[in-house]
Amino acid sequence: MEIFFQQIVNGLVQGSVYALVALGYTMVYGILGLINFAHGEVVMIGAMLALSSLNAMLGWGMPPLLALPLSLAFTMLGCMALGYGIERIAYRPLRHAPRLAPLITAIGVSIVLQNLAMMVWGRQYHAFPQMIANNTHTLAGAIINDVQIIIFITALAIMAGLMVVVHRTRLGRAMRAVAEDQHAAQLMGVDINRVISITFMLGSALAAVAGLMVSANYGLAHYYMGFLLGLKAFTAAVLGGIGNLRGAMLGGLLLGLIESLGAGYIGDLTGGFMGSNYQDVFAFFVLIAVLVLRPSGLLGERLAERA
Amino acid sequence: MNSISASPLLQFSSISKQFGGLSALSDVSLHIRRGEIYGLIGPNGAGKTTLFNVITGLYQASAGEFQFNGKNYQSCKPHVLARAGIARTFQNIRLFANLSALENVMIGRHVRTKTGVIGALLRNRAARHEERAIAERARELLDYVGITKPHQTLARHLSYGEQRRLEIARALATDPLLLALDEPAAGMNATETESLKTLLQTIRASGITVLLIEHDVKLIMVLCDRVAVLDYGKKIAEGIPDEVRRKPAVIAAYLGGSDD
Amino acid sequence: MTINQKSKPLLAVLAIVLLLLPFFIDALLGRGWVRIADFAMLYIMLALGLNIVVGYAGLLDLGYIAFFAVGAYCYALTGSPHLASAFPLLFPHGIHLSFWVVLPLAALLAGGFGVLLGAPTLRLRGDYLAIVTLGFGEIIRIFLNNLNAPLNLTNGPQGISRIDPVNVAGAPLNATQQILGVTLPSVHLYFYLFLAFTALVVFTSRRLEKSRIGRAWMAIREDEIAASAMGINTRNLKLLAFAMGAMFGGVSGALFAGFQGFVSPESFSLMESVMVLCMVVLGGMGNIAGVILGSVLLALLPEVLRHGVVPLQQALFGKMIIDPESLRMLLFGGALVVMMLYRPAGLLPSRVRRRELDTDEVAETV
Repeated sequence: MEIFFQQIVNGLVQGSVYALVALGYTMVYGILGLINFAHGEVVMIGAMLALSSLNAMLGWGMPPLLALPLSLAFTMLGCMALGYGIERIAYRPLRHAPRLAPLITAIGVSIVLQNLAMMVWGRQYHAFPQMIANNTHTLAGAIINDVQIIIFITALAIMAGLMVVVHRTRLGRAMRAVAEDQHAAQLMGVDINRVISITFMLGSALAAVAGLMVSANYGLAHYYMGFLLGLKAFTAAVLGGIGNLRGAMLGGLLLGLIESLGAGYIGDLTGGFMGSNYQDVFAFFVLIAVLVLRPSGLLGERLAERA
Repeated sequence: MNSISASPLLQFSSISKQFGGLSALSDVSLHIRRGEIYGLIGPNGAGKTTLFNVITGLYQASAGEFQFNGKNYQSCKPHVLARAGIARTFQNIRLFANLSALENVMIGRHVRTKTGVIGALLRNRAARHEERAIAERARELLDYVGITKPHQTLARHLSYGEQRRLEIARALATDPLLLALDEPAAGMNATETESLKTLLQTIRASGITVLLIEHDVKLIMVLCDRVAVLDYGKKIAEGIPDEVRRKPAVIAAYLGGSDD
Repeated sequence: MTINQKSKPLLAVLAIVLLLLPFFIDALLGRGWVRIADFAMLYIMLALGLNIVVGYAGLLDLGYIAFFAVGAYCYALTGSPHLASAFPLLFPHGIHLSFWVVLPLAALLAGGFGVLLGAPTLRLRGDYLAIVTLGFGEIIRIFLNNLNAPLNLTNGPQGISRIDPVNVAGAPLNATQQILGVTLPSVHLYFYLFLAFTALVVFTSRRLEKSRIGRAWMAIREDEIAASAMGINTRNLKLLAFAMGAMFGGVSGALFAGFQGFVSPESFSLMESVMVLCMVVLGGMGNIAGVILGSVLLALLPEVLRHGVVPLQQALFGKMIIDPESLRMLLFGGALVVMMLYRPAGLLPSRVRRRELDTDEVAETV
């Protein structure tokens, strides 16, 4: 039973990070009907920027409680600029091109980002600096540490904040209008390009936070981390119903749980044939299962197949 | 005449279509007889194109029955209905833009031909024969609808009027019993409309039933044997054009909120 | 037929040049380059397979290399002592089936995987397919990497070695052979084998392209809704394209395993899928000559970078700043973006556009 609770805790923490990334996919999809393939790489760049800036500031002797928010702000700004740039360069010129075109440019952008990151940060793993005394607590037999608690609470707070922005502000209203009907929104005086840019920047800001969280949780960052993370977060978005913000959050948490419970028990389930090294394949099977059984996802009403 | 050919070609019984909470078609019943030109008019947003998409299988009706040529076609995919003999054009032209005019029409022959991968690879006698027949029929149809440009011209390089005609040729290539045209005269000038009229009459004379959605009421009135009027997803009138035109409900619908 | 009387002598000249090519390369550049040419042909076959999926049917397959892996491991397992050492009781001598028996099996197995993967996803929008195939490519690699315990099926990251060479008429191609008094080293022999297969793949692609099936694929690519309204069963035809592409991948994989004598999961990374996609996009999606050009260019690129960029950096900066591998990937990524933005039709103008220039009736070719 201890293993069970432990996997629940791990799953929820990991899932909250998936949820943040999944929100980025789902927001862009909701507005443009486009899968932003490069989103996972934005998370990776976020992790790298956070790590580098934190190490630099701590190196200057800055107290951790000052360095952390400063580095977070820096990372978010960096990722927002990146997200803005990606949209301008790779997606906007192709808005009326055949569907295949933006998918291909997105792959191109991912490859470029990955290799740029490798050139800047190298092929090695980077360790996340230890800043706070990372106390551990025991909860129903499961061990949870301070970093995990902070990650989980921050993620929930950010998601709540995003819901307020989308449902309570002028900007949110404009975003929903563009998602509903671009043409009509334009006629009503909404600056579509601006709304799309802001959506990309908002998603990238979430990706920046997620990047910082992932590297803090695992204590590591690597130039190749964005690929699988992006794939899983996309799965989370599909699981919840792509285009649906609440769905992305639910899907993220759920996927985190599935993955962690799956990894915890796969050895028993397969009689030791498969071990936790297969953890990464769960997301994929979830993705296939959702697409077969319920392509609109758990909370999605939109048809997956739009005319 | 046996009973099948005496029965209507297409029979709609109490068809409804909902999108979310919105009712795009409610309880529409109508029938189209063999060999007639049947017109469908109504103000913008009256549900004409929705009805069209139900007929051609792009949408599935939420309720009601839909018979074609004596068979039931509830919730069928478009390709099944195309095989059954319903061919269509689109309101905003949907040609295979980067393929040639000839290829566009040849693709229309797909459903009536059968060469598979093996035939394509071996290119045996049957396959060669079929391929020649496809190209020949496609060229005939291009001439039939009056496309005089070289048949190799890419569809997207044709003029607007020619693109409309090409869509008709492509639809005719499927050997339809019912040719469904979604605003074929939209955006055409007077001369083009006139020759379209002649073309449609020729098509009807060849034995193909025509269903026509049109904004150009004048065209509908001279061309159609019978007309139905939709408003807010309901059929408000049906009959021969002259009668329908005089119905108060129709006049109200058109004066109520439309550009005509 | 598509080959008319005028192009026959041209084709004969091309055939002679290609037959003499390994000797020219050997004499001018060295034997290593013949090997590079062999690899280039493997890439041509792969890219033409992907071209059916992406270029004709307009479906983005980002895990294409997985089918290559399926074909490669199919021959690696049946044609190496690995099974004998991993399961001595079950296969005391290994299987060691002839390459020519395994080849169709590999093609069918890869095609089967294609259908399995395509069936749930192809009825959805194209971008789902892209992401599912992306995941699939990675999953196959994870399995290949981990299926060495507790049952050693794939030998994990070490890969499978000592794979039997391809035999033609009883002669193994991994040794120098004398034919009609001409001495042919192994790389030359494989050159001719691959040339024959490439010719077959080009022939198949051409025949499919100019057929009822090929037209239906292109109709789906251009406008799926209009295609289905014209009576095309879009789901089945997409599945067919996907399976055909996968089969091409499986065949090239088996050839690769026989040629290398060694396979490991490393050869089947996402980057390889991207590279093959790049070949298709760079040359011109849907255009056979373009895809061949793209494949040759990109297969030679790493060699050019290795021989050009490294010494250049040494000379300019005194050390290596960018290693050729990441420079290559940067160029690939950048090429995908730039091509889509500025030249979506690829380096070679497409067949249709070229044909449009001459006003002759096309269907003479029928």
